[in-house]
Amino acid sequence: MSSSPGKSRTIKVDCLARVEGEGALFVKMKGDRVTDVKLKIYEPPRLFEAFLRGRHFSEVPDIVARICGICPIAYQMSAVHAIERALGVPVDPAVRMLRRLFYCGEWIESHALHIFMLHAPDFLGYPDAIQMARDYRAVVEQALRLKKIGNRIVTLMGGREIHPVSVAVGGFYRVPARGELSPLLEDLKWALDASLQSVKLVAGFEFPDFEQPYEFVSLSHPDEYPFNEGRLVSNKGLDIDVAEYEEHFVEQHVKHSNALQSVLRARGSYMVGPLARFNLNFARLPEVAQQAARDARLSLPCNNPFRSIIARAVEMVFACWEAIRVIEAYEPPAAPRAAVTVHAGVGCAATEAPRGTLYHRYRIDDQGLVQFAKIVPPTSQNQKRMEEDLWQFVPQLANRPTDEVTWKCEQALRNYDPCISCATHFLRLHLERE
Amino acid sequence: MPIVGVGNPDRSDDAAGLLVARRLRELGVDAQEHTSDPLALIDAWDEAGEAILIDTVVTGAAPGTITKWDASKTPLPPDQFCCSTHAFGIAETVEIARSLGQLPAQLLIYGIEGSRFELGGSPSAEVVAAVEQVAQQIAVSVESYRFLRSRLSLPSETEP
Repeated sequence: MSSSPGKSRTIKVDCLARVEGEGALFVKMKGDRVTDVKLKIYEPPRLFEAFLRGRHFSEVPDIVARICGICPIAYQMSAVHAIERALGVPVDPAVRMLRRLFYCGEWIESHALHIFMLHAPDFLGYPDAIQMARDYRAVVEQALRLKKIGNRIVTLMGGREIHPVSVAVGGFYRVPARGELSPLLEDLKWALDASLQSVKLVAGFEFPDFEQPYEFVSLSHPDEYPFNEGRLVSNKGLDIDVAEYEEHFVEQHVKHSNALQSVLRARGSYMVGPLARFNLNFARLPEVAQQAARDARLSLPCNNPFRSIIARAVEMVFACWEAIRVIEAYEPPAAPRAAVTVHAGVGCAATEAPRGTLYHRYRIDDQGLVQFAKIVPPTSQNQKRMEEDLWQFVPQLANRPTDEVTWKCEQALRNYDPCISCATHFLRLHLERE
Repeated sequence: MPIVGVGNPDRSDDAAGLLVARRLRELGVDAQEHTSDPLALIDAWDEAGEAILIDTVVTGAAPGTITKWDASKTPLPPDQFCCSTHAFGIAETVEIARSLGQLPAQLLIYGIEGSRFELGGSPSAEVVAAVEQVAQQIAVSVESYRFLRSRLSLPSETEP
């Protein structure tokens, strides 16, 4: 069905596929003009911030791990860093390196899942990974093996592959011996090669001609591609300590969504995630990842959100390289975790989840109990930007049949690898043409 | 023969598959509980001639109703398995394995009809009864399977 000038149509996706969690998309058009876009997250609020009140700080990493089955480590990392700041806990450099390794595992498993199983079918013209696997068997097998290697790191570091149980304020409950990590090296070397091939594969996809003047936001560290530390920066002049986060960012409630939308007080919507990190931290990528990006013609700055799949693959190269580096240099810390002296305090932290910056703040009382918790997940931060992308992208599709518009809208949302489970929790699209 | 019960121990009737696995171990049959990434099941099936999977389903039947599928012959109805909030559930995992040629020669799936899925809740009486029934059925079929293998002088299997 093509649209006629002035005729309206509504596109509805009641159950957006290949995203993490539950929600719906509603797009209303009049001719080639978009008149309404709503990303509706109808999953009930999950109230984790309220669950945390009154709990002992030591319970927080295990509770927040339950927010997400894909990125529990991100929640644990932001939580322990925030609490360590609140209580002034020093972290052993070896623990810091282990936390980077742990994060590498999560990035590898999450990025492999999204690149191949959730997003690649859009570019290769398949409705899902199941159909794609019949024609691209080697690609899917490679993806599953990559994901498994990520899972192995997480299991080894965290005790199990989902909702790990080893993370403690001050370090870990148990750290691995050198001999436990070194068997991962062979797999990781294979994964590094497979990731480089993945960059080549996704760079060959066809990308819609669509660019936006994004404000990209991510952590930035002087010496490292960011995981757990750094200042929050943007390409539009933001350069703040994480402690200033709430002075610059505010969460807003919109009637159609159960997830709060985070905006920059000064400039509105912004983007977090692999493309933002890549654009803001290219110089901190190892040469192998930089070269892969150059070979893929992913030039700086990249303002085409559909190319985020390449940035995600480049980050997978980085994560494999970094995991190898950490394991080869690993010396176990003197103690698995630092001692914690309880006192009242407030601390916040941001770390880089696979989908983007994840902010936590906690207020702890003199008994070590959480009095207040604030969690701003990446999907809340990208939510407004996802809607704005559709306001700009859908007019390009005005003359296309509704089925195609629907598919392209879903693809545009998948650029962000939205994890609606984190932002509250599945997605459905409605396109209305008047 | 891998026997795997899947589910979520903290969501009432969704624990059915796990409870069957636990009961099977009490009955002397090796069975695993799987609460994590469904895609990882493909590894458990690798090179397995036969496998059994138990999960909670929602088909609209009465709570506790037991449904059996031979997934190696026919695709699973994707909307009847308790879906994962994270993109790949059991039905998708089975179909990916089929696309990759990694399904066991026989993959028998027992579905136990669930009706309540609240967080932290206990499974319903109907599901608890069905758990016992499925565990007994599997225990008997595993026993018969072992007996037949011994009579046919086939080598005994390494337990999964």
